[in-house]
Amino acid sequence: MAYSEKLLEHFKHPKNVGTLDKSKKTVGTGLVGAPECGDVMRLQIEVDEETQMIKDAKFKTFGCGSAIASSSLATEWLKGKTIDDALKIDNMAIVEELALPPVKIHCSVLAEDAIKGAIKDYKEKNA
Amino acid sequence: MAVKSIYLDNNATTPCDPRVVEAMLPYFHNIPGNAASRNHPFGWAAEEAVDYSRDQIAKLLDVDAKEIIFTSGATESDNLALKGVFEMYARKGNHIITLETEHKAVLDSCKKIEKMGGEVTYLPVQRNGLVDLAALEAAITDKTILISIMWANNETGVIQPMKEIGAICEKHGVLFMSDATQAVGKIPTHPKEVGIHLMAFTGHKMYGPKGVGALFVNRKNPRVKVTSQMDGGGHERGMRSGTLNVPGIVGIGAAAELGRLEMAEEAKRLSGLRDRLQTGLVSRLEECYINGSEEHRMPHVTNISFKHVEGEGLMMTFNQDIAVSSGSACTSASLEPSYVLMALGLGDDLAHSSLRLSLGRFTTEEEIDYAIDAIAKGVQHMRDLSPIWEMYKEGVDLDAVEWAEH
Repeated sequence: MAYSEKLLEHFKHPKNVGTLDKSKKTVGTGLVGAPECGDVMRLQIEVDEETQMIKDAKFKTFGCGSAIASSSLATEWLKGKTIDDALKIDNMAIVEELALPPVKIHCSVLAEDAIKGAIKDYKEKNA
Repeated sequence: MAVKSIYLDNNATTPCDPRVVEAMLPYFHNIPGNAASRNHPFGWAAEEAVDYSRDQIAKLLDVDAKEIIFTSGATESDNLALKGVFEMYARKGNHIITLETEHKAVLDSCKKIEKMGGEVTYLPVQRNGLVDLAALEAAITDKTILISIMWANNETGVIQPMKEIGAICEKHGVLFMSDATQAVGKIPTHPKEVGIHLMAFTGHKMYGPKGVGALFVNRKNPRVKVTSQMDGGGHERGMRSGTLNVPGIVGIGAAAELGRLEMAEEAKRLSGLRDRLQTGLVSRLEECYINGSEEHRMPHVTNISFKHVEGEGLMMTFNQDIAVSSGSACTSASLEPSYVLMALGLGDDLAHSSLRLSLGRFTTEEEIDYAIDAIAKGVQHMRDLSPIWEMYKEGVDLDAVEWAEH
């Protein structure tokens, strides 16, 4: 199974790897997956309170190449978006961008879940 | 150092030895006969080549040449042995005992046998991958006709106590079959010495060609028979019809001879390289776990779990240069982690984190040193990316985390 150039690029040189301070009110964290399932994705966003714009996004992922590339791509897409626009990111867009094979579609679902999880966490903190 | 394509997946298949290829070549065009053509020199030459190969294999196994049945490979040999015994010995009983860690060719044949009215016991193994001999003996009933236990495991390289199993079979009058695919040609495999009655193996795991294998069927004390699973011209003493694959058979014979002559020296060299690889990785990286018994293990294999790193992703860090395999679910069609490692009692997380490194005749020390470096860097890269490695390092109890399973 050969992977797309874009996927390999995100895998080899992942963007936005790291950790944001989850104790901050402006940071939302999404942690999805389980070690038993072979993938765990942690995606974090930092939101500008006034504009509701995502000003930073970071991830760490335990998983296969597709899971890592999906989360790297997701963080790229999140930066600069409002949280309302971020909620519109659909897993199929990730599938298309990275040309994920059918058996790897769950990786994109996981990335979408992680985005939603991070936004939910942010909203709960600021409710 | 410029190294390209380091092949550490010899348990999947071995490259054909150039000496084997050379032996095979005349039999594609210059000597084209059908070994079953009894009335002209083309047929005689082919038959002679087949007989010669049978002798080469018999010598490697220390058996009679008449006890070798050629097939298309180990999968077919496993099918023939299991289903063939089940049908042939139906009047004696219908119970077969095997292990959870067997190859799919054995397990799926057993599942088919269950559908045909057979009963199969799939015994668990111990943490080190070895069969529990007391449990094996206790599983035998008056309906048991066959015990099927592999010589060496394809994923871990763990070698089962064949002599002890043979003694149990002898004591209870049960036939003993072994899938010896990973062992033949690499370590001494003498079925008569350990009491095996049927033994399956293939060419392409011992530097021979793909598409040719064999089944050893004991002819005396006891005379074992199997019902054919492929009907036709009655080749191979009626046990396996089909025109013999003469070039392939020449190849597996040549491979068997090379195995016999070079095995001892090669095993010594490979275990040295394997230990260098294993030690190199374990000394450079924390939280590595060797899967399966190190004491009872093939000389060329090591199976290592790198905690909090997913195997398929890890392989992607170096698979332009180095070929290995993993027990991770992501590498399997079923999306389940390796059932062999699970049977050893590994948690899903460690099974997902495993690499199988299998060396071979053409592996060099230079390649091993390159591989150590590349794999260690890959593990570090993946751990830098891994949230659970970070949590582990922070002292978070990962078992206490409520994971959002999907």
